[in-house]
Amino acid sequence: MATNIGPVRTAEAAGPGRRTFLKTLGIGAVGVAGFPLLTACTGGSGPAPGSTSKSLTFGSGSSDEVPRNAYKAVTDAFTKKSGIDVATNVVPHNDFQNKINSYLQGSPDESFTWFAGYRMQYYAEKGLLAPVDDVWEKIGGNFSDAMKKASTGPDGKMYLVPNYNYPWGFFYRKSLWAERGYAVPATFDELTTLAARMKADGIIPIGFADKDGWPAMGTFDYINMRLNGYQFHVDLTAHKESWDQKKVSDVFDTWKALLPFQDPAALGQTWQDAAKALEAKKTGMYLLGSFVTQQFTDPAVLADIDFFPFPEIAMEGTDAVEAPIDGLLLSKKGGQNQAAHDFLAFMGSAEGQNAYAAVDTSNIATVKGADTSKYSPLNKKCADTIANAKYISQFLDRDALPAMANNVMIPALQSFIKDGSVDVKNLEAQAKSLYAAQ
Amino acid sequence: MSATAEKPASPNSDPPGGARERQQVSRTAVPATARKKRGRVRRLSRRDKIVLGVMVGLPTLIQLLFVWLPTLFSIALSFTRWNGLDVSDIRPAGTDNYEFISQNYPPFWPAIQHNVLWLAFLALIATPLGLLLAVLLDQKIRGSKIYQSIFFTPVMLSLALIGIIWQLFYNRDSGLLNYLLGTAGTPQAVDWFGDSNVNIWAAMIAATWRHAGYVMILYLAGLKGVDPSLREAASIDGANAVQTFFRVVFPAMRPVNIVIVVITIIESLRAFDIVYVINRGTNGLELLSALVIQNLIGEGQVIGVGSALAVVLLVISLVPIVFYLIRTFGKEKEA
Repeated sequence: MATNIGPVRTAEAAGPGRRTFLKTLGIGAVGVAGFPLLTACTGGSGPAPGSTSKSLTFGSGSSDEVPRNAYKAVTDAFTKKSGIDVATNVVPHNDFQNKINSYLQGSPDESFTWFAGYRMQYYAEKGLLAPVDDVWEKIGGNFSDAMKKASTGPDGKMYLVPNYNYPWGFFYRKSLWAERGYAVPATFDELTTLAARMKADGIIPIGFADKDGWPAMGTFDYINMRLNGYQFHVDLTAHKESWDQKKVSDVFDTWKALLPFQDPAALGQTWQDAAKALEAKKTGMYLLGSFVTQQFTDPAVLADIDFFPFPEIAMEGTDAVEAPIDGLLLSKKGGQNQAAHDFLAFMGSAEGQNAYAAVDTSNIATVKGADTSKYSPLNKKCADTIANAKYISQFLDRDALPAMANNVMIPALQSFIKDGSVDVKNLEAQAKSLYAAQ
Repeated sequence: MSATAEKPASPNSDPPGGARERQQVSRTAVPATARKKRGRVRRLSRRDKIVLGVMVGLPTLIQLLFVWLPTLFSIALSFTRWNGLDVSDIRPAGTDNYEFISQNYPPFWPAIQHNVLWLAFLALIATPLGLLLAVLLDQKIRGSKIYQSIFFTPVMLSLALIGIIWQLFYNRDSGLLNYLLGTAGTPQAVDWFGDSNVNIWAAMIAATWRHAGYVMILYLAGLKGVDPSLREAASIDGANAVQTFFRVVFPAMRPVNIVIVVITIIESLRAFDIVYVINRGTNGLELLSALVIQNLIGEGQVIGVGSALAVVLLVISLVPIVFYLIRTFGKEKEA
C-alpha cells in the first residue's frame, strides 16, 4: 500500500542489482568461481540458485529512513547470529510496488518485502513465489491463527512471514477532547452526534485527505465491514460478490451521513497534511493507520495522541479491524537457498522482530512474545486492538485486484467525496471486465 | 508513442521538409548545396557506401525497433486480455477493451475533453502570448536579453518541476495566490490544485508559463529572419505597425508558424508530467496520457485497456501528423 511516498534517492538501486545478477550468471556460465564476494560488494545478487551458501539477497521496498534502518538492524542481527551475509537492495517504496510484476518475472532477490492479501495470493497462484512451510513448522507457534490465515496461499501452503502490522482507527488529541468534554463514541449514531457537536464548536470533526486516492478506502472498508461483516468485505474485494447490490449502495448511503463532517478540503491534501491539521487541533479526529504517528515529531504531541476503533454499526460489533500486514516472501529462486529460508525464520522470531521494532516504533510486531516493554500506551492499545480482533482485513487495495482498487475505486471514491454520488452499476461493470482480464 | 509524435517537431532537420520555405529564407543557398550533393552521389566509394549504409540503416533499425514494433504490439495487445505475466496468458478479446473504455470507464471522456481543452487553451492563450512576448522583445527595448532569459527559463525546467513550483503558488493555506486574494487561512480559500472545478485551469496556466516561453524563443528567431526591407516597404506604403505585423511580417514567418502549430498540438497531446505531479491525473485532471500510464505501468496494470487507450491517443496524434506531412510533401511536389 502506498502509505508514504518514499524519497526517490535509491532509484538506481534496482538497475545495478539486475545487471550484477546477469553478470554473475554470465560469469557462472563460463565457469569462473569465487565471485560472490565481488557481487556482495556491489550490493547486487548472490550465489547461483541451488547452492547452500552463506549469503542471500534481500529486496526491500522500505525506502523511508526509519523502516530502512529498521530492516538494516534485522539483517545485521541475522548476520551476527548465523554468519550468513545479507545483500540488501533497497528500492523506493512506490517503484517497488509498481514494478513488482516485472521484478518477479525478471531476476528478483531471493527474499523481499511484501504484504498479505490478494496480490500475495495472486503471485503464489502464478508460481512466482516459493512456499515456506518448513519455516512455518519452526515459527508457527509464534503467531495467532489470524496471522497464519493471512500468510497462507490459495493452495494451502504457507508463503508469507509477517513482520509487523498497524491498525486503522480514529486518532485524536486527548487534551482537546478533555478540554471540550468529548467522549469516545461506541456507535455510529454517537459518532455523528459527536461530529455535529464538534462542527458547532467550530472544529472540522473528521480529518480527511484523499489527494493520493487510497486513504478514503479506509472509510469505505470500515463502513462496509461494520454494515455487512468481514466475510462480505473479503468476497466483495475478491469479486465473489457483485458491486451492484443493495449492500454496497447501503455503504455509500451510510457514508453520506458522515460526509458533511469530513474535512471538505480532502481532495487537495495528502495524509501528511491531514495529520498536521490534527496536530494543530483544527480537526477533531482522524481515521487513518497508526503510521500517522510518524508525522508527530514532537514527543509532547505524540504523548497526547489516543486511538479508538471505528464504532459499531450493524454487525459484528467492532470485531473486524483493518490492520494491513507487512512481511517477507521468498521468490521462486530464493526457495532453493536454505539461507533465505533461515532469514525468513529469523524474521518470524521474537528476536528478529524485536530488532526491527527497536528502530521502527510506529508499527506493532506480529510475533507472540515480542518485546512490548518499550511500547507506548498508544502502541499497547493498538496491539490490544489487533490481538482482540476476530477478523483482520488488509485494506481495499491489498485485498482487491490492484486494477480494481487503483483504476476504479480511486476515481469512484473521489467523485463520491465531491458530490456524494456513486454509480454501483458502473463499478460492477468495471469489476467484471477487470477481474476477467486476470 | 511520444517518439512518433515528436518526429515532426523538428522539421528543420527533416530533409524533404519545407523546400519552399527554405528557399524563401535563403534563396541562393539551397540550389547550391543541392547541386553539390547531386554531384557527390555519383562518386561514392565503397567506404562511403558502407558509411552511408550504417548511417541510414542504424536509424532505420532504431526507428523500427523502438517506434514501429512497439506501436504494432500496442495495437495488437489492445485487442487482447493479458495479465502481463506469461505470454501464454494472452487471450483474444475482440473490441472489448474499446467498448470498456468508451462505455464503462468513467475517466475516459473527461480525459478526452481535457485534452481538447488543453489544446484550445495552448492554441488560443499560450501561443498568442508567446507571440506577443516575442514581438515586444523584438523591439529594441532596454534589457531585452534579460527579459528573454527570464521568459525562457521555464522552458528549461521539466513540467514535473513546474508542477512543484506552482504548488507553492497555489497552495490553499500557505500559497501566494490565496495570500494575495486575502483568502489564505479562511474557509473561502480556494484549493487551486485540489478543487476539480478549477484545477485543470490552474494546471493549464502553469503549462502556459512554460509553453509561452518556448513559443517566444521560436518566434524571436523567426522575427530576426524576416527581411527588414519587407517592413520598410510596408511603411513606405503607409501601413501602420499593426497592419505591418499582421499583413506582412506574420505571413512571412509561415515556416515558423507551421512549426508552432505542430508543437502546440503535440504539447497538448503529451501533457502529462504536470498533472501526474499534482495528483497523478485524477480528480478533474484526467488526461489521456495519464490514463495510459496508469493502466500500462502502474500497480493497477491492465495491459489490454492501457493499450486501447494508447491506440486512441495514437490515432488522435496521427491527425496533426498526417496533416503536417501532407502539407510539407504536397508543397515539395508543387516545387
